[in-house]
Amino acid sequence: MSAALRPLPLPDLDTAPFWTAAARGELSMQSCAVCRGLRFPPRPMCPRCGSLESFWKPVSGRGTVWSYVVCHPPLLPAFADRTPYPLVLGGPGEGPALRKGGGISECPSDRLRSGLPVQVWFEDAGEGVWLPQWRPLEPATAISGP
Amino acid sequence: MRRASAIIGIGQTEFAKDIGRPERTIALEAIRAALEDAGVAPTEVDGLVRFNMETTSEVEIARNLGIPNLRFFAEVGYGGGAGCAVVGLAAMAIVTGRARVVVCWRARNRGSGGRPWAGTGMRVGGDYQWSAPFGLVRPVDQIAMLARRHMHEYGTTSEHLGSVAVAFRGHAARNPQALLRTPISLEDHQASRMVAEPLRKLDCCLETDGAVALVVTSAERARDARGRPALILAASQGTGPEHVVMTAYHAARPLETPSTWAARDLFAAAGVSPSDVAVAQFYDAFTPLVLMSLEEYGFCKRGEAGPFSQAGSLAWPDGELPCNTSGGGLSEAYVHGMNLVAEGVRQIRGGSTSQVAEAELCLVTSGAGVPTSSLLLARA
Repeated sequence: MSAALRPLPLPDLDTAPFWTAAARGELSMQSCAVCRGLRFPPRPMCPRCGSLESFWKPVSGRGTVWSYVVCHPPLLPAFADRTPYPLVLGGPGEGPALRKGGGISECPSDRLRSGLPVQVWFEDAGEGVWLPQWRPLEPATAISGP
Repeated sequence: MRRASAIIGIGQTEFAKDIGRPERTIALEAIRAALEDAGVAPTEVDGLVRFNMETTSEVEIARNLGIPNLRFFAEVGYGGGAGCAVVGLAAMAIVTGRARVVVCWRARNRGSGGRPWAGTGMRVGGDYQWSAPFGLVRPVDQIAMLARRHMHEYGTTSEHLGSVAVAFRGHAARNPQALLRTPISLEDHQASRMVAEPLRKLDCCLETDGAVALVVTSAERARDARGRPALILAASQGTGPEHVVMTAYHAARPLETPSTWAARDLFAAAGVSPSDVAVAQFYDAFTPLVLMSLEEYGFCKRGEAGPFSQAGSLAWPDGELPCNTSGGGLSEAYVHGMNLVAEGVRQIRGGSTSQVAEAELCLVTSGAGVPTSSLLLARA
C-alpha cells in the first residue's frame, strides 16, 4: 500500500493531542478536568458539566470489537490494493464513548466477530502520523499437561 | 400545525444515469412542473427552502422563475436528512405568516457527477479524521458497520435485507419513471457482489441524475389548487446525544439513530400512532436503513423488522405496510429522498402506480444515520 496516498488526519486544536499521543505509541483520551468524564471525539466543552478545561489521559487500548465491515471495490486508490480489507470498530474497555475505528491485523476472517477482545497497536502511516489499529488480544495460553 | 398546510404540487424531471443538463436547469424544470401541477403562477411564489448541499442558490432560482418578491428563504443541512425538513420548514413559514407559497426542491446529478467520497482529500479534518484514514470512507461502509451490529444483536440476515430490495424493485417494475424496472429475486440479491460486507450491490441505492420539486401552501389556499392536496399532519426533525454525522458510533446506543428522536416527536405532534399509517416511504440509501427505520418509527419491535420484511409485509398490494411504492432510492431514483416525498403525495392523492387503497396517512422519512426529519401526510 502506498502510504503517501492514504488520507491522513488533519488535526486541529482539539484533536491534536490524540494524534501526538498516537505518534508516541499511546492511546490517549480527553478527560474533563472538573468531572473527569471521558469524551470522544475530542471537543472544547464537557457535555456533562460544561467545563472548558480538559486533560489527556492514557487508556489501556484494550477493548472488544463492536462491529466490523469488509470493504470491497470500488475504493480509494490508497486502499484498493489491499482489498478486501476488514475495518473494525473496537474500543478500549473504559466506555462505549471511546469506540474507535481501525483496521484489524493478525486476524483470520473466520475469527472476526463482534465481541472479539482486541488490543490497539500503532501503524506508521508516514508524514509523522501513527494510526491506532487493532489486533486480537490473544487469550491467555492454556498450560496443559504435567 | 396539524393540517394547517399542504403540498399542492409535485414536479420532477426524468431520472437518468446521465441527464445531460446542469443541476440548475433540472431544478428549474422540476419547479416549473410542480407549479403547473399546483396551478400556481411563479409570481405567486414568495418562499424557497433548499438543502444546503444544493448547488443552485435561491436568488438564482428566483431570478429565473421571475419571482418578484422572495420573503422567506432558508436551507437545511445534513444531506439526505433534509428531505422532509425542507417541507417542514416551509410549512412553519406558512403557518406563521412569513410566506404564502413556498417551493422546496432537490436537483442532483449524482449519477454523472461522481461519488463524493472519491474526492476525499489527502488530509481529512473534522469528524472524518476518525474514520477516513483507516479506510472507512464510503457511506456504504459507514452504514454497513451499523448493519453488522444489527445482525449481531438481533439475528438480522442478508436475506432479510434482500427482501427489502426485492419488494421495492417489484414496485419500481410498475412505475414507468423508475430507473430499474426488471423484477429481482432473493437469489439475485444473494448473487450480487459484496460492496461492504455484509452489504451487497443490491443493498445500495441507485446513482441518479434528476430533480424533484414540491409546492407548499396553506390548507386554505390548497382548496383552490388544481389537484388534490396532501395535508401536512405533522413534521419533525431530530437527532440524539453524542451524534457524529454518518459515523455515530460513540454514543451509548449507536443503533438508536436520529430516526428514533424524529419519530417520537412526529407521532406526538400528529396525535396518531404507527398503526394508523397505511403506507410509508422510508429513506433507503441502503436496505438496512429501512429495517432500522421500521423499528425506530415503531412499526416493529427492535430486531423484528427483518422477519417482518421477509414475510412480504413491505410489498404492495398485500403487505401489511406497503413501503417505497415508487421503488424508492433502491430502484426508482436516488434524489436525496425528495422522490420519496413526491411519492407520498401521490399516495395521498390516489395517483401512485402501486396505489394503496384508502391511504389516509402516509409516513415519509429522510436520511438515516444523519440528523433527520420526517413527515406525516394526510388526505384532506
